[in-house]
Amino acid sequence: MNDELRVYGLHVGIVGLLLISYFVLPEYHSGNLARIMVLAVYAMGYNLLFGYTGLLSLGHALFFSSGMYGLGLAMYHMDFAVPSGILMGLLAALITSTVVGFLALRTSGVAFMIVTLMFAQAGYLTVLYFGEFTRGDEGFVLQQSERVIGSLDLTSPAGRYFAALLLFAICFFLIMYIVRSGFGLALIAIRENEERAKMLGYDVVTLKLKAVVISGVMSGAAGAAYALLFGYAGATFATVQYSIFPLLWVLLGGAGVTIGPLIGTIFMFYLIDYSSSLTMAYMLVAGVVLVLLTLYAPQGLAGELRRSYFKWLP
Amino acid sequence: MEFGPHLMLASLEGAVIAAVLALTAMGLSIVFGVMRVVNVAHGEFFMLGAVIAWTVAYSLGAHPAIGFLAAIIIAPLLVGILAGAADRIILQKINYDPDRTIVVTIGLLYIIQQTTLMTFGPDARPVEPPFNQRLALPWFEFGESGFQLYWPWGLSITSYKLFIILAAITLLIGLWLLMTRTRIGLVMRATQQDSEMAGAFGVPVKSVYAWVFGLGAGLAAIGAVLIVPVQQAHYLMGNEPLLLSFIVVIIGGLGSLPGTVIAALLIGMSDGIISVFFSPTLAKIIATLLVAMVLVFRPQGLMGKLQ
Amino acid sequence: MASMSILETKGLTKTFGGLSANTNIDFSLTRGKITALIGPNGAGKSTFVGMLSGRITATAGSVHFDGVDISNLPAFKRIGMGIAYTFQITSIFPGLTVQRNVELAARRALSLPKSEILDAVDEVLQRVDLLDRKDQKAADLSYGHQRILEIAMGLIQKPKLFILDEPTQGLADAEVEQFIELINSLAGKSTILLIEHNMDVVMRAADHIAVLNFGELLAEGTPKEIQENKEVQNAYLGKTTDA
Repeated sequence: MNDELRVYGLHVGIVGLLLISYFVLPEYHSGNLARIMVLAVYAMGYNLLFGYTGLLSLGHALFFSSGMYGLGLAMYHMDFAVPSGILMGLLAALITSTVVGFLALRTSGVAFMIVTLMFAQAGYLTVLYFGEFTRGDEGFVLQQSERVIGSLDLTSPAGRYFAALLLFAICFFLIMYIVRSGFGLALIAIRENEERAKMLGYDVVTLKLKAVVISGVMSGAAGAAYALLFGYAGATFATVQYSIFPLLWVLLGGAGVTIGPLIGTIFMFYLIDYSSSLTMAYMLVAGVVLVLLTLYAPQGLAGELRRSYFKWLP
Repeated sequence: MEFGPHLMLASLEGAVIAAVLALTAMGLSIVFGVMRVVNVAHGEFFMLGAVIAWTVAYSLGAHPAIGFLAAIIIAPLLVGILAGAADRIILQKINYDPDRTIVVTIGLLYIIQQTTLMTFGPDARPVEPPFNQRLALPWFEFGESGFQLYWPWGLSITSYKLFIILAAITLLIGLWLLMTRTRIGLVMRATQQDSEMAGAFGVPVKSVYAWVFGLGAGLAAIGAVLIVPVQQAHYLMGNEPLLLSFIVVIIGGLGSLPGTVIAALLIGMSDGIISVFFSPTLAKIIATLLVAMVLVFRPQGLMGKLQ
Repeated sequence: MASMSILETKGLTKTFGGLSANTNIDFSLTRGKITALIGPNGAGKSTFVGMLSGRITATAGSVHFDGVDISNLPAFKRIGMGIAYTFQITSIFPGLTVQRNVELAARRALSLPKSEILDAVDEVLQRVDLLDRKDQKAADLSYGHQRILEIAMGLIQKPKLFILDEPTQGLADAEVEQFIELINSLAGKSTILLIEHNMDVVMRAADHIAVLNFGELLAEGTPKEIQENKEVQNAYLGKTTDA
């Protein structure tokens, strides 16, 4: 089928482009791109829940930081090696997303937003409360020497970049697969009309829970990767701001489009990078972008592309 | 200080917090009650109230009482007008769609906060209270001659803090009278009940919304002006009031004035008391989780109506 | 051994606060027949059907479907047992194409490979005369076409029981005719329960009519019997019977 080829081609092409970018771009930008790819994984996790299932969470920083601290604390305090550290990060994200899912999904709409926000806030405060271990806002650094897998040094520019690319590629293809599967279509049905989906026989409750968990674990993977590759864990990543970022990236790039999160993350990263060289108040840009997007381009960049030209974009 | 007086001190501090919180939370509650939207930028309107108060007092350079008087009139007015404008320009355009309103008010939050950062700066700036005598407070004990009052050292309150409590009570009563006894209040309550019907009866719903949004912001600003001589004006000071207001409004029941006041008392007092005896962080964790659980298991809060 | 009735309720009751919306309803649906549920406004028809579909929890009583007690099953499970349901106010997926709408209904109900599902979708769309609109966004359809789309979403499930809540409301005369034809073509294969206000449709399509009044089952019988029933006439006295 023509569309299927297009979809595969696009996704493979993007990963390929990211691959060669390492060799083509100056180090400053490839360093940025490594960071961007990890954050884009966070955004993709968020997009699955927001863009495809239609659930707006304001507490995803909880999942991101669960992964971050899961890996970070295990490696820092308990001398875990990288692979088991990663497992701990994913496990932490799995637990938090399952618990939050069970509770928060009993609500909907505005209440859901507030409940997720509250859980994330409680998480942030808990990080501060156990400051002896977490070092609170100050955070802690993971030694370079520990961040290796065998002989593979994850702290070198190449190690960082390709590890980030690997994570991105895995999650990118996973999302591509999910949203085009029966499960993904069911999520879209829930987004479009939950009551109708229910009355067609879809187990809406279980489907939403699965969406929260997959979204949460993917966000946690990004958090763990961030700590691992950039060597730092801190309470800032558990704040409300870090719950707002993925919303911002996804809205800008295009909610409910697989390539949306990557596009949004790249744009916002460079927009903020640029404005922080101008002023201390760089988040002003984030605010203005959010308002303009909501008023004039709620579909986001890739969303507008899909609407006008590329209807086959998944 | 012994436990008794210590508790009384904590309670008084809690009462001050509760007073300001009640006003701020009412602002949020009214907006949600009448317009059915959540204003995430509410904390920033609070912050603006404090920042404008500082600016007014500083520019006047006169006696603190005059500066304060000017501030408490000008700041809420300016903030209310700004909010009304935001409603007309932005919220009306997206037709008060719940999801989009939340996102757009998040944007507004950053715009207001960061603009303040750029103009006011990152420092905290103090405002002088209009008056500030220390009033020693008595405690009781049962001595040889029976019930006796004594004045423990350290147990005191300032006249200004007392004023905050009284001012808040007065304003809340005024607000209650406005909502229940005046025509404006009636219009607001009608719009809250059924905006379509109200519109059909000739109520200018869009104008009501702008006024309500302005009123909500103005209430937050008043709360800020009251507390700024005690705290200081700082561009990030809106975060905590926002969170606490959320907590109060949800526990008290969205759209219920008595519920909001009771919840503000509860939260303010317990925040004050727990913070004195335990860790403030722990208090906040408990409060945050409590809100989440209330929403999950008893969404109508203490006194709100189930929708 | 399939019994005569595919759906049975015993003592089905719903009270809201102090008000009783449905009281003690004993009702059964004969397999393969088209039954219409009628009654004046406020009689409790929506509540009753809500309890059948599972959208409303009963205060008391039981519901049996195809011999199984479904009283405690959530709505989605009941649908999964072979019930299709259309809403009083049309409920479809507005942002998705006509084809996608029916596909979603089919995917859950039919265990077939994708290509066969798409063929089945085309077939049903052909039957309801919407095939030429299959790539249109559902939100762009006229209200009448949206209602027919919703019926198509029910048809493709090949349901044992098809519950339609005021299906002809908002349809033009020609579309009502089309609907009656469609319903009659299903006779014998599916059991159909219609909630209807349009007496013309009821008289022409229904094999059996049940009348609800003040939350109770007032009368049951053939269209002719119901037409001549004095109590039914009294219940409707002064009220218009056309939608």
